[in-house]
Amino acid sequence: MQKTIINIDEALYEYLLRLGDDNLILGHRLSEWCGHAPALEEDIALANIALDCIGQANAFLTLAVQTINNGRTEDDLAFFRNETEFKNLLLVEQPDTDFGYTIVRQFFYDVFVLHFYQELSKSRNEQLAGISAKAVKEITYHLRHSRQWILRLGGGTEESSTRIQNAVNDLWCFTDEIFFKNEIDDRLIEEGIAFDPRLIKHKWEELVEQTLSEAELKIPENVFMKSGGRYGRHTESLGHLLAEMQIVARSYPGAKW
Amino acid sequence: MLRVHIPAQNGNKEILRYPTTKKLYMVDKEKILETLKEVYDPEIPVLNIVEMGIVRDVLFEGKKLVVKITPTYSGCPAMKTIEEEILNILHDDDFDEVAVEKIYAPPWTSDWLTGEAKHKLKQHGIAPPEKNSGIDSSRDYAVKPVLCPFCNSRNTSITSFFGSTACKSLHYCFDCTQPFEHFKCI
Repeated sequence: MQKTIINIDEALYEYLLRLGDDNLILGHRLSEWCGHAPALEEDIALANIALDCIGQANAFLTLAVQTINNGRTEDDLAFFRNETEFKNLLLVEQPDTDFGYTIVRQFFYDVFVLHFYQELSKSRNEQLAGISAKAVKEITYHLRHSRQWILRLGGGTEESSTRIQNAVNDLWCFTDEIFFKNEIDDRLIEEGIAFDPRLIKHKWEELVEQTLSEAELKIPENVFMKSGGRYGRHTESLGHLLAEMQIVARSYPGAKW
Repeated sequence: MLRVHIPAQNGNKEILRYPTTKKLYMVDKEKILETLKEVYDPEIPVLNIVEMGIVRDVLFEGKKLVVKITPTYSGCPAMKTIEEEILNILHDDDFDEVAVEKIYAPPWTSDWLTGEAKHKLKQHGIAPPEKNSGIDSSRDYAVKPVLCPFCNSRNTSITSFFGSTACKSLHYCFDCTQPFEHFKCI
């Protein structure tokens, strides 16, 4: 492949879209539980975690529009982009098939971002470092929550154990993409702005394996790993999510309340 | 009322220089901070934004007065209201131009709550943040019981790590049998 020179601001914009979109889409997914969670405390917990994710998304996307200054706002990015323009991981857009799926999706993501944002908080881009350092504090709470549910459901009844195992089996194929890296990352890593996610893969594997084994759950074998989210190639679920998330803003552009 | 002229030598007070077309005004930074103490957190109305550590700096960029604030939590829904309140209260005090800037570094920590703020929380039945209480980021996630704000007992347990706002968790006291909220230590 011919080597092209990548503009740093454009690379950073793309990078921030990924970080922002991961949190925006996951935050929206979690908000779907509001009023439907299995217990009041759980309803509050999932809504709190959703709020943190959406807050982090807001910070990353605001920094994105400030970086490239293309006349768009963070809200434009959230509400007026189509499916193929979203750069989030396939994992975070997966539907809430049942509570187990929500917990497994969250656990896989939390373990990654806890370690990843710890590294990003050393970024030479001070704003990116600040947002990441702030997020780490919040994710510590999220991870404790998702990890405890994995243990409780895995070690619970036959029904809860079967269902959480199903979620692990179905979501495992999206875990390789978490460590995606391409020339955009390389360019920013060179500048000390970004961090190579593969360097923390062993930490992710260690905590995930240890937790699943403690919960007497099995990691599925010979799974075909799926990816494409970073290039805007998504699973069917994202379109449905966006339809719901964007309907009000698109029906009444510029509306305020 | 804030545009007071202060003699050049003014002890340890920090003076902000504020140039206008005709002359250089000098404003005592403490006075601006005093004014900002009239802005309360809409979700915990007993605390003002200065004692919570939300206000990080006040400075002039040319004629523009800039107030730098940082959110307690990334998604804190009170930030918008706080920003509007700051603009209202400082415009009332007759500055030509006021801007609020949201910053993320360094990240907010509950250590920035002043002693008085912690005292006020306790008076209102909310356990203030204590070092190493509530959360431990180590692998085993051990938790030290929070001191009950009503009877000062440590015979308490956590009901939920997430509460009515992002900054609080829910607890229960076995001695006085009261449920209570705790301002999380982050």
